[in-house]
Amino acid sequence: MGWFKRIKEGIVTPTKEKKETPEGLWYKCPKCKQVVTSIDHANNLWVCDACQYHSRIDSEQYFSFLFDDGKYKELNENISSADPLKFTDTKGYKERIAETQKKSGLTDAVRTATGKINKHTVVMACMDFNFIGGSMGSVVGEKIARAIDHSLRYKIPFIMISKSGGARMMEAAFSLMQMAKTSAKLSLLAQAKIPYISILTDPTTGGITASFAMLGDLNIAEPNALIGFAGPRVVKETIKKDLPEGFQTSEFVLEHGFLDLIVNRKDLKTKLSHLLEIFKK
Amino acid sequence: MTTYLDFEEPIKIIAEEIEKVKTTGEKTQVDVSKTVKELEKKLKDTTKDIYENLSAWQRVMVSRHPDRPYTLAYIDYITNGTFIELHGDRSVKDDKAMVGGFGMVEGKSVMFIGQQKGINTKMRQYRNFGMANPEGYRKALRLMKLAEKFNKPVVTLIDTPGAFPGIEAEERGQGEAIAKNLMEMSQLKVPIICIIIGEGASGGALGIGVGDKVYMLENTWYSVISPESCSSILWRSWDHKEKAAEALKLTAKDMLHNKLIDGIIKEPLGGAHARPEEAFQLVKETIQKDLVKLCKTKSDKLVESRIKKFCEMGVIEEL
Repeated sequence: MGWFKRIKEGIVTPTKEKKETPEGLWYKCPKCKQVVTSIDHANNLWVCDACQYHSRIDSEQYFSFLFDDGKYKELNENISSADPLKFTDTKGYKERIAETQKKSGLTDAVRTATGKINKHTVVMACMDFNFIGGSMGSVVGEKIARAIDHSLRYKIPFIMISKSGGARMMEAAFSLMQMAKTSAKLSLLAQAKIPYISILTDPTTGGITASFAMLGDLNIAEPNALIGFAGPRVVKETIKKDLPEGFQTSEFVLEHGFLDLIVNRKDLKTKLSHLLEIFKK
Repeated sequence: MTTYLDFEEPIKIIAEEIEKVKTTGEKTQVDVSKTVKELEKKLKDTTKDIYENLSAWQRVMVSRHPDRPYTLAYIDYITNGTFIELHGDRSVKDDKAMVGGFGMVEGKSVMFIGQQKGINTKMRQYRNFGMANPEGYRKALRLMKLAEKFNKPVVTLIDTPGAFPGIEAEERGQGEAIAKNLMEMSQLKVPIICIIIGEGASGGALGIGVGDKVYMLENTWYSVISPESCSSILWRSWDHKEKAAEALKLTAKDMLHNKLIDGIIKEPLGGAHARPEEAFQLVKETIQKDLVKLCKTKSDKLVESRIKKFCEMGVIEEL
């Protein structure tokens, strides 16, 4: 016998009196389930205030809070994918690109820009995960290469925000060679002694980890990001055992010696400007 | 005992027929040389016909042929037995999937590095199926740096189904190890020649694949992913591996057409496994010819054009 008793059976509010909740007004943290308004969530740089869960965000959002006053000049925004292999799986590659461009409003999986971080001029590249998993094909490789060229020409630091599943399969070996291309460009930056800060965010795997993401003078990650070479599913299938807890998280990668720092997104701008200051003085 | 792949069935039939005729000849003391000669010609023509028209997937199968020679066999022949294997990455351990050391090629010291597969079940395990761990890539880099210090050219022989995707590999930074090699190889001040002799799978292959000259043997493959994995990701099953192999354009011919490699080294009739010594000789000749040219080039010029070559790879559209 319950303490409360339902007097009326079922839902009695008529459909026409039902109150609709507008979409996107609230944000529920997928980890701790805390609910906040979307505006508060954005003001908190898309980090959960309760559990510090970092939502995946895109280049526009990173640029908006990292560059002073959200102002920047985009570089080489008009480069788009060709289809050198005429690749078709369940869909033609050209068609897939066109659709993704339309849906995302992006030209490809990376955007590059120059601007200021607390008055330090930098070149920044940031990947967009919602463009075919942030995968690297010829365009991503070329844009990063050109961004590094810009750094070299004007002797300004290069910052790379990685967020990608790896190389883009639909460009096969062309994608693979972008790893060599970006790494070769970074070697020129290293020779010129221009700082390169790599920021690894959730997720950074495959060919991205095996090229520019791990090559920073400083490697910085956001908390609890997935960082690895082989994806966790592949590792699990290979060893046929369960993976240890926390495997391939930022914290795991730092413990094993491959990251300099883990920085909460809310502190990222301040930390970056301190580091840029150190390189300068 | 020769192993035949399924598309080699017609070759197998003729080869068996030749054997049969020969035994009959011996038994009955009848002169069968004419028949044998005819059959041998037929065998040659059939082999040629099959091998000239291999599909992408069939070439993948040849690249994995169990009788196909592996890295150490090539090195042994090319250096005429002068190879001295050097071990260890000076940090964690000696990776058996990656071998390296100095050997003499026509009186000159050359650093050889390559993935090594095992020749039988026990050795395959010992060599981890040619899948190197981070220490393998670090050993490779250490040896390249050693070669650079003493101004010796580097030759890498690539044959791997991929860098090993294990827990320890992740713990010890598989990604970082490969990334570092890509960066260091692009700046290495001595000539680098890279040759795909079997499988060239993704970052695991590229990790020792940044060179002034990159070649593929005729029946090898080189791509960002294996056809099987590509099939399982795009079509959610391994059944489309033939289609995936075609789509990936992973053969030597396609790779040269797309300007992603510098040349193709021909294989003897019926593949490198049919006549290994001929394959070794063809590889040796290529290496010798290139070394003469590359060793004359100034190191800064070498590095500059190596970087330029890789930076030109990719196809884009400017809107």
